[in-house]
Amino acid sequence: MFFRTAWLVLKKDAAIEAKSWEVLTTTLFFAVSCVLIFAFAFVKEGRAVEDAAAGILWIAIAFSGTLALGRTFERERYSETLRALLLAPAPRAALYVGKLLGMLALLGLAELLLVPLIALLFQATLFARPLLLVALLAGGTIGFCAVGTLFAAMLVRARSRDVLLPILLYPIIIPVIIAGVRGTTALLGATPDEPTAIMWIGVLGAFDVVFVTLSLWTFEPLMTE
Amino acid sequence: MRKVFGPLAALTGLMFVASPFIVARAPFESSMGIVSKIFYFHVPSWFAMFTAIAICGGASLIHLFRNNPRADRIAEAAGEIAVVFGLMGLVTGPLWGRKAWGVWWIWDAKLTIALLLEMTFISGIMVRKYGGPGSDKLAAAVGIFGLAVTPFVYEAVNIWRTIHPLTSVVPTLPQRMAVPFWFCVTAYMLLLVVLLMLRVNLGKRQAALDELYLAYED
Repeated sequence: MFFRTAWLVLKKDAAIEAKSWEVLTTTLFFAVSCVLIFAFAFVKEGRAVEDAAAGILWIAIAFSGTLALGRTFERERYSETLRALLLAPAPRAALYVGKLLGMLALLGLAELLLVPLIALLFQATLFARPLLLVALLAGGTIGFCAVGTLFAAMLVRARSRDVLLPILLYPIIIPVIIAGVRGTTALLGATPDEPTAIMWIGVLGAFDVVFVTLSLWTFEPLMTE
Repeated sequence: MRKVFGPLAALTGLMFVASPFIVARAPFESSMGIVSKIFYFHVPSWFAMFTAIAICGGASLIHLFRNNPRADRIAEAAGEIAVVFGLMGLVTGPLWGRKAWGVWWIWDAKLTIALLLEMTFISGIMVRKYGGPGSDKLAAAVGIFGLAVTPFVYEAVNIWRTIHPLTSVVPTLPQRMAVPFWFCVTAYMLLLVVLLMLRVNLGKRQAALDELYLAYED
């Protein structure tokens, strides 16, 4: 029942998205623009500042993720479909999991585009340890989306929700971003520093456990009017 | 509660008046000299902030799951007080850092984390102010996540290399420094309690006034 509900929510969101591809295309475009803006900030005499690639990658993920979160839940506000979802006789936490999976898929697609792009534009050796990079990206994205989905959902009813989402989200997920950037930086350079990267993957894993548990636990009371 | 408030406030005031004299009599720390004295105000303000965060997180949990307006008022008060004490720490820290490190601010783990916590609780105030109806629940979520992140950020200091003095310095203080230090900690904790009582009472009166307005309009 639980996973079926989550799956149905995910399928519903995918079906809506497949009609216009609005959120996906705008998110991807925005992610690329972020990379370009930061590229100009961190390029000196035609070459990027050392280690800038890791920071640019995570900033692009965080910024485009925030945009996608806002857009995804804005969609649920039209004709109060979120309320309809909440009225359904299904565990609330399953709705959250469905939404979270949708966000993860969306950001995963964005990362599929971002990582090769950044590796190419900044001559970053991101693919030297592909498994560690995937683990870092997964850990960071889950942490970001876990808190982001919860906050975006609870802000649907709030005034000035567009501004409040990044204001509430960033201070709390900055530790996740720090861990992601540090771990990715350790992978860059001539000799990837594996122990450091693995240590940061562990930190991300701990964050994910805490954030997902807390979100599942507080989603129900937060969405009750 | 009201009976204790007067004596408590008076005691806190007295302790704060006495604290400069007591701090002045404490011996100098050998390597830092006079600037080390800021420690007696800097560390207690962080103690008070962490306590306020714990109160805010706990009260937020109670409010979120029990829908308890009293817990909400305590969470609101503790959240604001955490910001106040955090600000004290963020002001006294750079004053010391300028002398000890030669710069006002460094992107050291502990400083970064302190700033993050401060920002988290400021965002909690903002959501209450601009979130519109139902924002008490949103602020409760911020309080809970703020509390959940705190041990991590505290632990990150040990993972990350840091030039901030370690937290382990406190239990190893010689007695002539420990006594004034714990005196200041007590004064700060009392100040926390006094401010909390004042702010909760203010919140209670605001709620009562709102109810009167509503009753009058009906």
